[in-house]
Order: sequence, then C-alpha cells, then structure tokens
Amino acid sequence: MTVPLSWYLIFATALFSIGFFAVLARRNAIAVLMGVELMLNAVNINLVAFWRYLTPTDLSGQIFVVFVFAVAAAEAAVGLALMISIYRTRKTINVDEINELKL
Amino acid sequence: MVGQALFLLFALFTLLMALGTVVARNLFHAALFLVGVFFGIAVLFILLEAEFLGVAQIVIYIGAIATLIVFAIMLSRNVMGKEAGAYNSQWRWALAGVVFFFLILSWLLVRMPFSLVQAQVPADAITQIGQGFVGHYVVPFEVASVLLLVALVGAIMLARER
Repeated sequence: MTVPLSWYLIFATALFSIGFFAVLARRNAIAVLMGVELMLNAVNINLVAFWRYLTPTDLSGQIFVVFVFAVAAAEAAVGLALMISIYRTRKTINVDEINELKL
Repeated sequence: MVGQALFLLFALFTLLMALGTVVARNLFHAALFLVGVFFGIAVLFILLEAEFLGVAQIVIYIGAIATLIVFAIMLSRNVMGKEAGAYNSQWRWALAGVVFFFLILSWLLVRMPFSLVQAQVPADAITQIGQGFVGHYVVPFEVASVLLLVALVGAIMLARER
C-alpha cells in the first residue's frame, strides 16, 4: 500500500493514451486492434486500483475485470475474423484503403 | 519502498513495451511487445493483491488473445514494413491530441480527492469472487457466457471460406 493511488491512475492514463494513439494513427487494422487491447488493459488496471484503494473488502471491482476479460476475448475473436475476411476479399487490411463508406 | 520500486520497474517496463507495440513497423514484433505488456499488467495485478486476476490475465491474454493475434497476422500475409508506412496521414494530429488528452486527464486525476480506505484484502477473496459469479452477479455472468458463444460462432461464420 506504499504506492499512491495516483501513480496507478497516471500509469493507466499513459497506457490508455498509447493505445488510443495506435487506434487513431496505425494503418494496419490488426495494429489498431492491438491498440484497443492496450486501452482495455489500462481500464482493467484502473478498476483493480480503485478496488484495492477504495473498496478492498467488496470484490465487485475484481468481478468487473473478469467481465472485461470476457468482452475483450469476444472482441478480439470477432475483430480478427473480420480482418481475415476483409483480407480475403480485398488483399489488404490497411484501414485507410478500406474507405467505401466514406463520402 | 520495495513496493514502490517494484511498481516503478514494472510500470516502466509495461509502458516501454506498449510504446514498442505502437512503434514497431513489423506487426509480428508488435505482437511480441504486446505479450510483454500483458505480462507487465499481470505483475501489476499481483502487486495490487489481485492474484486471481494476475493468473487469469496470463492465461486469457497471453494464452488466448495474443495467440489469436499472431494467427491473424500470419493469415494476412503482407506484414507491415514493405509498404508506405506504419502510420496514416493524420498521425501528427493524433499524437498531439493524445498527448493533450493524457495531460488533461492526469492533471484531473491528481487533483481529484479520493476517500481512501485502509483495509486488508479479505483472506477468502477468491472464494468471494466465485460466490459472486453464482450469486449476486449470476445474470451478467450468464450473459457473458452467451456473448462468448455468440462471438465464437460469429467469428467462425465471418472467417469461413465461401
């Protein structure tokens, strides 16, 4: 408990920002998906840190993290299946070349 | 003091690995850096006395999600590096926005007053988590399992050869 809560929060913010940059700036869709994973992990760190420092006797914080795990696994499976499907039809997964919906 | 040193060590390690994930031009290297991030996060969970989550992080993220990402990279062959570049044309704006976002959010978080509670983690924490899943949180738990099943079937449908 010697580590202040704000260190964990700033660490999670930095990790979230790095993931956010990957989502905004990477061209390859799989790299974008990796950015999403980084952001989900940063949120998990926040959830666990708040659980440990604010409500350590109530385990709901940890249970929420397990739900985030489940949703992240589902997101990765569907996202990567989409990438493979797009790659098969378009021969590219660069997000700036897949822009048919853009006006 | 030991706790602080360990936190700083693993936080720095995780952030460096995350930067590697974002910067690496070769997608396969990015995936390996991502495994490092997941490992660092698992260590931080254990430092926060959430041992169950630390182990689950290693099993689910490194064992399943990282493997899935490596498979997807191998199935979409033209790995980054040979083509124009790793970033799209707006990466400077994205970088500026993200740095701004980080500064604003960390400024807010440092100023925010939290009512800290000094208490020990209950010794039967893992038992309580298990009871939570079949007790108070049974409906979200079942919904999560249905979601995983639907995602599995959906992923197979999407990736199937037509």
